[in-house]
Amino acid sequence: MNNLVSSSPRDAYGKTLLELGKKNTDIVALDADLSKSTKTAIFAEAFPDRFFDMGVAEADMVNTAAGIASCGFTVFASTFAMFLTGRAWEQIRNTVAYGNFDVKLVATHAGITVGPDGSSHQAIEDIALMTVIPNMKVLAPCDSISTKRLITQASESRGPFYFRLPRGKTFEIHKDSEKIDLGKACLIREGSDMTIFSHGLMVYNSLLAAEKLSRQGIEAAVVDVHTIKPIDQQLVLERAEISDKILVAEEHSVNGGLCSALALFLARNRPVKMRFVAIEDQFGRSGSESDLLTHYGLDETSIFNKSMELFK
Amino acid sequence: MIYLAGSGHPGGSLSIIDVLTVLYFGGILRYRSEEPLWPQRDRFVLSKGHAAPALYAVLAQAGYFPKDYLWTLRKLGSILHGHPFNIDTPGVEAPTGSLGQGLSIAHGMALGLKLRKYDSRVFAVLGDGEIEEGNIWEAAMSAGFYKSGNLTAILDYNHLQIDGYIHAVKSPEPIPEKFKAFLWDVIEIDGHDHGMILDTLQSAAKRDPMGPPLAVIAHTVKGKGVCFMEDSVDWHGIAPTKEQYEKAMGLLDE
Repeated sequence: MNNLVSSSPRDAYGKTLLELGKKNTDIVALDADLSKSTKTAIFAEAFPDRFFDMGVAEADMVNTAAGIASCGFTVFASTFAMFLTGRAWEQIRNTVAYGNFDVKLVATHAGITVGPDGSSHQAIEDIALMTVIPNMKVLAPCDSISTKRLITQASESRGPFYFRLPRGKTFEIHKDSEKIDLGKACLIREGSDMTIFSHGLMVYNSLLAAEKLSRQGIEAAVVDVHTIKPIDQQLVLERAEISDKILVAEEHSVNGGLCSALALFLARNRPVKMRFVAIEDQFGRSGSESDLLTHYGLDETSIFNKSMELFK
Repeated sequence: MIYLAGSGHPGGSLSIIDVLTVLYFGGILRYRSEEPLWPQRDRFVLSKGHAAPALYAVLAQAGYFPKDYLWTLRKLGSILHGHPFNIDTPGVEAPTGSLGQGLSIAHGMALGLKLRKYDSRVFAVLGDGEIEEGNIWEAAMSAGFYKSGNLTAILDYNHLQIDGYIHAVKSPEPIPEKFKAFLWDVIEIDGHDHGMILDTLQSAAKRDPMGPPLAVIAHTVKGKGVCFMEDSVDWHGIAPTKEQYEKAMGLLDE
């Protein structure tokens, strides 16, 4: 754990998009005046003819993406998670998803860890907004390697996708040699006493908590649910068979994200004892990444404490 | 169609039917109804999706699906939904009905077709109430900036929206000046004069695809052709009774 290196998933996105653009002339990218931040600028520099900056107009960007996609292109559209999923929600719902266009929505700066910019920029409801839409697949990779693989796989799979990436760097949990498949959650750490499901940068915090639990004699499995929709039903059921104690940890509102998805799925198929580490029904605020994770109960200590409740 | 469906939007369908007729049967739109997804086809987007009955009527006439289907409008299992839906209805390019979205979609098509190096054109029909939506002006700014000369927007300027006359509700006027400010060319026509519509759309189809986009402001009458529906907001979104239906069909036959 201590020797893990960190890197920026949005850098990985930008570089992957460039590689995809080299191989496939049907890849087009759009941005809404944040291309330097979302890293679509890397693609724009290499392929200016296949990049359109739509300015500060997210609704226009999303519908334009659908129109371009209707001509047989695979269109990546990026901006911050708040403005993409919030401002342009109805365009995403009524055009991209309902019309089933080949548009990949890749949002960066998702979650509370946007940090000092404060609540207006902290999308903690984006997964809820996207998972509720039919046809939409929803992914939240935890590191650069899985971002690269999953973006590439999504580009080869027709139809709408939503990716959420953080602003900051994350630890490289996955190895280059590892198999990472869209729709298949990754068991990162084995453990038979309980299972922690998480996504994004919370996977690392979950691993830290699992080590702490191990020192208390509790062996927790950790699963990286990079694909939130469709959920990997098989793996979730397998884990529920191994242990009926499940904790879900996510940097998102407790409503409508992975917590909700797993609670619903397990309630329907195999009710187990569950605990949730997520942001309760409240807005974020300014602060540093680590201070906010602690303040909103998303750090390793919170995961550890909530896990211990499962054994009371 | 709307009578059998029991609901729908007769007024805004009748105001735009002349324009759609010229587009589809005046040699303006290049399409193959037997091959709806022919890549080089011209695109048509009905941004004011509530005029779907008018679009379905011309699509049936053009041979995209049997005319019998028109009598299934809005019924469970029909391919003809209350508002246009590309997945189910051949000839429909994009889902519309939620106002304000079609011009951005059409502009995306215009950009995509130029990327493909096709000389295909895109035509979009907007409602006058619809242009109160901000997304329309985002799209107008984009198309002007990108010089999307292969895009033509046709405004169905019938002066009525659900809450009343548009100048009383929240006037989007002056309209030509607004499009001009967003770097579009603007032409105003009588939206029921077939000769004038034909001349205008023929010239639109010959425009420089790298030049300014064109806005055609078509002055129309809501409920055109049925005297008791004309210029009446009451006929925005209701179906006629049997008696009204028979009377209206008699008037239209004349």
